[in-house]
Amino acid sequence: MGRLHDIPLPDFSVDDPASSNGIVLQNLTKTFQGRKVLDGLDFTINRGETVVIIGRSGEGKSVLLKHIVRLLMPETGHVWVDGDEITGMGKTKLFEVRKRFGMLFQGAALFDSLTICGNVGLGLKENGGHTAEEILDRAHICLAQVGLTEVGDKLPSQLSGGMKKRAGLARAIAMQPDYILYDEPTTGLDPITSDAINDLILQLQAELNVTSIVVTHDMASAFKVADRIAMISSGKIIYAAGVDETRDTDHPMVRQFIDGSAQGPLDVF
Amino acid sequence: MTALLTSLGAFSFNALQNAGRSSMLLLEIVMQLPQMWRMRREISNQMHIVAVGSMPLIITTSIFVGAVTAVQAVYQMQAYVPMKFLGTVISKSVFIELGPVLVALVVGGRLCANYAAELGTMKVTEQIDALEMLAIDPMRHLAMPRFVATFLMMPVITVFADAIAIFSGYIVSIGTMDVTATTFKEGLLAFFEMKDLLSGLIKAFFFGAIIAMSGLFFGLNTRGGAEGVGNATMMAVVSSCVSVLVADYFLATILFQIIFGS
Repeated sequence: MGRLHDIPLPDFSVDDPASSNGIVLQNLTKTFQGRKVLDGLDFTINRGETVVIIGRSGEGKSVLLKHIVRLLMPETGHVWVDGDEITGMGKTKLFEVRKRFGMLFQGAALFDSLTICGNVGLGLKENGGHTAEEILDRAHICLAQVGLTEVGDKLPSQLSGGMKKRAGLARAIAMQPDYILYDEPTTGLDPITSDAINDLILQLQAELNVTSIVVTHDMASAFKVADRIAMISSGKIIYAAGVDETRDTDHPMVRQFIDGSAQGPLDVF
Repeated sequence: MTALLTSLGAFSFNALQNAGRSSMLLLEIVMQLPQMWRMRREISNQMHIVAVGSMPLIITTSIFVGAVTAVQAVYQMQAYVPMKFLGTVISKSVFIELGPVLVALVVGGRLCANYAAELGTMKVTEQIDALEMLAIDPMRHLAMPRFVATFLMMPVITVFADAIAIFSGYIVSIGTMDVTATTFKEGLLAFFEMKDLLSGLIKAFFFGAIIAMSGLFFGLNTRGGAEGVGNATMMAVVSSCVSVLVADYFLATILFQIIFGS
């Protein structure tokens, strides 16, 4: 355990989360098999910014991401999305909130039995209000946005890792979300493909003006795409600052993480 | 002793927790039933998987079930019971017990493994989370169509299995034993009661629900990677088989001592 108690935690208190714009996380707690992965976590994400959450493996980055859209339910605490508190929300309302989100999963999570076009258009098809032609057009537009033009009729198993991630991203933007969540977007990809994914995140940010939350431990990716970098450790957000400030930070834990050093306040094992 | 009591307590707690969670799952599926028309294409696909996909298994199993029933019946009856009752014994055994129960065990194994492995893989590869993120309810999209298809098709499969088993018993009886076709048919029809067939079909509906729930419950609650999917599949098949046999006793008691008993 790092010397967390020696370093003051950033203050994310919000006076009235119900009237806030963006995402407010308050006092989130989540335990898995007796281990507190989130331990009274507070954080805020403003509309339009790209926040990158860094942290060591197993520190709860993906768990935090899933709490934002209630794929996981916190034991205590609240999550506000544009003023709507989602932890106590009914299923129908929750699905309406989720329509404002797109998510790129770590392994892309494409549906094996559907073609790439089928994957990208599934949300539009199942939520109604669109003709088959409109859905197909939209799928092709989204695939073109991520640089995949010739793979619409292929199955996910016929694509490479990088292409799957891009197809997953096309699916995430198909319903024109306000927020995009990226769970380890560059993990498992070669450096060139990783950089292409980073460019894609920036491109979508510029074209769609979405709020992006990126979970990663790839610092090159973090520095490239972030407006703000936050670090999670011991179940709390222990640091949040802009890219330039983070690059030069003397916060011992963040410094150790950026330098990739085994020596420092963060335990190796 | 303390360790034994602790593990017994943990097992009981786990069993009660699973019972509660599977009841909640059933409730969620039932609440999706009004969406059946909207999901008709997927339900139809699943019905095809349940019925047509199981046919080779059902035909093979039923042929040998009918044949062995005939052989066993002749062996047990030869010294004490006239052979004119052979058709009666085979038909009653098949309609009431062997048809529905063996179909539930054989088809149940196939379907439970299918549901648990498919949904378990979707769970561990985050495909179910991806559905949720597209505002698609996995209960409507995945669970309800499989439940409805299994519930509705199990009695249909059972009727097929009954017919094949009785025909097989008939062929074995007249082909390899000293029984004429007329004797067999007379025995079959003499004591045929609609309630025998009906009781088997009622059982088949319940077994269908048990099979679907076992596969869906363990599939949707899969954790971990490949090992988790393997465990979920194994647990689904085991719990389905055990639950079918336990339910068979209670259904037999209710059907033959209470409903059809009087």
